[in-house]
Amino acid sequence: MDNSLTPRSNDLGLTAAAKANTPIKSQEAKSFGKQLQGFWVTFITIFKKVNTVQYPEVKEPTAERFHGRHQLNRYDDGLEKCIGCELCAWACPADAILVEGETNTEDERYSPGERYGKVYQINYLRCVFCGLCIEACPTRALTMTNEYELADESRAKLIFEKEDLLAPLKSGMLQPPHPMVPGTTHIDYYRGDIKGGSNG
Amino acid sequence: MTPEQALLETQTAVEMITVVIDGFEVTVPKGTLVIRAAEKLGIQIPRFCDHPLLEPAGACRQCLVDIEINGRAFPKPQASCTIPVENNMIVKTQLTSPVAEKAQAGIMEFLLINHPLDCPVCDKGGECPLQNQAMSNGRPESRFEGVKRTFEKPVAISSQVLLDRERCVLCARCTRFSEQIAGDPFITLNERGALQQVGIYEEDPFESYYSGNTVQICPVGALTGTSYRFRARPFDLVSVDSACEHCASGCAMRTDIRRGKTLRRLAGDDASVNEEWNCDKGRWAFKYLTSRERVTSPMIRGEDGELHEASWPEAIAFAAKGLKGKRAGVLVGGRATVEDAYGYSKFARVALGTNDIDFRARPYSEEETAFLSSVALGLKTTYKDIDKADQVVLLGFEPEEESPIVFLRIYKQFRKRALTVISDAPVASRGSVKLNAKSISDIKTISGLTAKSVILVGERLAEKAGALSSAVDLAEKSGAKLAWIPRRAGERGALAAGAIATLLPGGRPVSEASARVDVAAAWSVDSLPTNPGRSTTEILHALTVKNLDAVVVGGVDPLDISNSALSQLLNSFVVSLEITHSSVTAVADVVLPVAAVIEKSGSFQDWQGSTRTFDKAITDSLSRSDVRILSMIADEMGTPINLPTVAATAREIAALGNWDGKKIAFEKTSEAKPVIAEGKLHLTSWRLLLDLGTLQDGEANLAGTARKASARISKSRAEKLGVNEGEFLSISSDLGSLKLPVEISEMADDQIWVPRNSIDSQVIANLGFVSGQVTVVKA
Repeated sequence: MDNSLTPRSNDLGLTAAAKANTPIKSQEAKSFGKQLQGFWVTFITIFKKVNTVQYPEVKEPTAERFHGRHQLNRYDDGLEKCIGCELCAWACPADAILVEGETNTEDERYSPGERYGKVYQINYLRCVFCGLCIEACPTRALTMTNEYELADESRAKLIFEKEDLLAPLKSGMLQPPHPMVPGTTHIDYYRGDIKGGSNG
Repeated sequence: MTPEQALLETQTAVEMITVVIDGFEVTVPKGTLVIRAAEKLGIQIPRFCDHPLLEPAGACRQCLVDIEINGRAFPKPQASCTIPVENNMIVKTQLTSPVAEKAQAGIMEFLLINHPLDCPVCDKGGECPLQNQAMSNGRPESRFEGVKRTFEKPVAISSQVLLDRERCVLCARCTRFSEQIAGDPFITLNERGALQQVGIYEEDPFESYYSGNTVQICPVGALTGTSYRFRARPFDLVSVDSACEHCASGCAMRTDIRRGKTLRRLAGDDASVNEEWNCDKGRWAFKYLTSRERVTSPMIRGEDGELHEASWPEAIAFAAKGLKGKRAGVLVGGRATVEDAYGYSKFARVALGTNDIDFRARPYSEEETAFLSSVALGLKTTYKDIDKADQVVLLGFEPEEESPIVFLRIYKQFRKRALTVISDAPVASRGSVKLNAKSISDIKTISGLTAKSVILVGERLAEKAGALSSAVDLAEKSGAKLAWIPRRAGERGALAAGAIATLLPGGRPVSEASARVDVAAAWSVDSLPTNPGRSTTEILHALTVKNLDAVVVGGVDPLDISNSALSQLLNSFVVSLEITHSSVTAVADVVLPVAAVIEKSGSFQDWQGSTRTFDKAITDSLSRSDVRILSMIADEMGTPINLPTVAATAREIAALGNWDGKKIAFEKTSEAKPVIAEGKLHLTSWRLLLDLGTLQDGEANLAGTARKASARISKSRAEKLGVNEGEFLSISSDLGSLKLPVEISEMADDQIWVPRNSIDSQVIANLGFVSGQVTVVKA
């Protein structure tokens, strides 16, 4: 019991006799060497390389697999990979994702196959960046970027809509809705056989 | 027979058998299937094709178990869904028998070989028996590396049901349902082997009124509903038990809500009413709420003659001012809940001081008023009586069109034991054909009924003079059970709540002084009006001749009454309680928005008279029930009805109870045959289940399976008119005409039948009546 800390409340319960018997040890007296050790660390650090980054003037790249803002990916012809299956929403432990599916038609096609995500929202006030949604996504439509600058002045602005999350169009990509590459099916898309370009 | 005796009888009648399943003994009635006996012990054997309400098929082979009888084991595992229990049977399921476990895992592997990896896009994902049982009883990883069989997907087998043949595990639940329960064998299993698939007949699309049930019982996502396709996942949905607002069958329902919107409705489970089924109208017709423009705020007609939005206190005060001290009537409509109808009833008697109230927004007769006031509420016939009936007589009633679950019950008995069905319809509907109904033209000619027979009377019998009297006569003479089955969900409840001129709540006759005293005491008023009230058309007539100044209208489509009803409202003070903008709101002076079924609690009374309560599905809705609004108006008028909530209303109804005093005697009317003038035909009509009804608005997929309108005439009449099947007829009355294709049917020569409210055939609007004489010529 000697060196153990006793709760304050128990102190009050001690009788005067018990108090007199309690040995009081001066920890300070014996720890001078340890204090020196501490100061030594401080002293050495003065000569080490400075880690401070002058953010936001200077920005350093994050770790390669840093969990940042999500992105909804596209196939090489611009069609969306998201099929609106809601598995991400299902996996989400923070209930941050809302998805509503819709049927693709021949005239209005957003993704290969029958179904696409019509509504896609991620609420970054709720998101804990755990990445379970990424694991759940069956088409690799949802991945995470390294973007971490997610602050804003209103709650509404932190609910990202589908257009905020969609990957930018690269060259050769065409903004959906547009048909699949002629002569292909959704299976070819899923297998990754569609390479660049679009029939428009 | 006392309940004890009944229990004894069932106990002696059914032999009990004890079997051992996984080392546990269980005693079940003879004939029980092994899979069901195992359920009783809490042992779940995986299955797909097995359904307690369908005949066993043994199609999917997933429920294989090891069985041994009298010490002799079956050489191979057996399907537990097809084998009834026997004495000295020892069953080992996957829990205790490695052989059964291996057999089940093998079957699961077979089923999954050709099952596509559609789960992310499949509507069944998350509530899929195949998904669940593949997890619980299947292999963690597939060993199949070949190419899966593919089919074109999806195939629309009707406008509301889509078939994805790749996903099908050939359990035959859908085909068995269609054949055994609905009697519409429009889908079947085609081809054999790996190419076996569910298909429709080319000439007969899957236009069954019950097709939605196949979607609900499909154990995989092979059958999906068009309107729910890709809409949501089960975890999105908040499910609420509710009751169906469409007809008087009284189905238990499940309503699935996502963010304040109904996404789908499923049949609920009630063995005594709808078993596990419902009709497509109940399942899919729920968009009426969002398809029309909703009344979102109270509106007052200003000096300029236009409706302007107003605050609630303003609108209530305006309505109260327009009604106070005026001679006013009340039109309730047949869609009100019991509580709302009670509110209208009390409002008319207490706040308006009148008996001018009627819930019938449809053709009716004085004879029907008498029938409803004296006979209808005393009828105690139930679905059980149909189950036990030796004969069923349908009078002015088409069960498949007007109360589909009643049809399913009759069909169940018809299929089981060839129940005799008699119908007075002038022409056989498809429902009558399915029931092989014997057609009679005169109720008086029906003979051979016994105390076990059931006479089902529809609201349309009122359209034939004297027919209701003959039906009551028939029931009295033969001892047969009588039931009145209105078409709308709210009519029976409105009758019980006294929303009719002749009755106070609980079936108390207005004409009985003691009944009035009874109710007046309960309502804490000095007296209740004694003068005989007006019925629907009388109220409308009184408005035109200025015998009435004002009218309160709750959810009535004037075109259901007559084609002049709307114009009869024009010159009086109209208070309209409505969900959406309608023809009545267009002529109303005050429009008060009310809650729809999903936004309020309440109850309906089904045709049996039993109460079907439902709760608010959208709990944060600000819409109020009719009764609450009426209560506010009454307060403002200084004649409070004290019904602030639905719950308070329900309590008051319960406290008031039913009338046990003297009933009005039913004054019978003698039958009068309609006289058919030379060269004319007698037109009859009824509504089809799927037609232009307001509550079916906005559901194009459902409307796609509605039966096409046609005019049915006899073969010889068609020859006389010189028309062939499919050619057009012009049918005209003094007020207007219809043009419809001919369908030649077996019927009397001087008769013609058309649907009452279908596309191209709106009888009241076009001809001005629902039955009567018409001139028919080739168009």
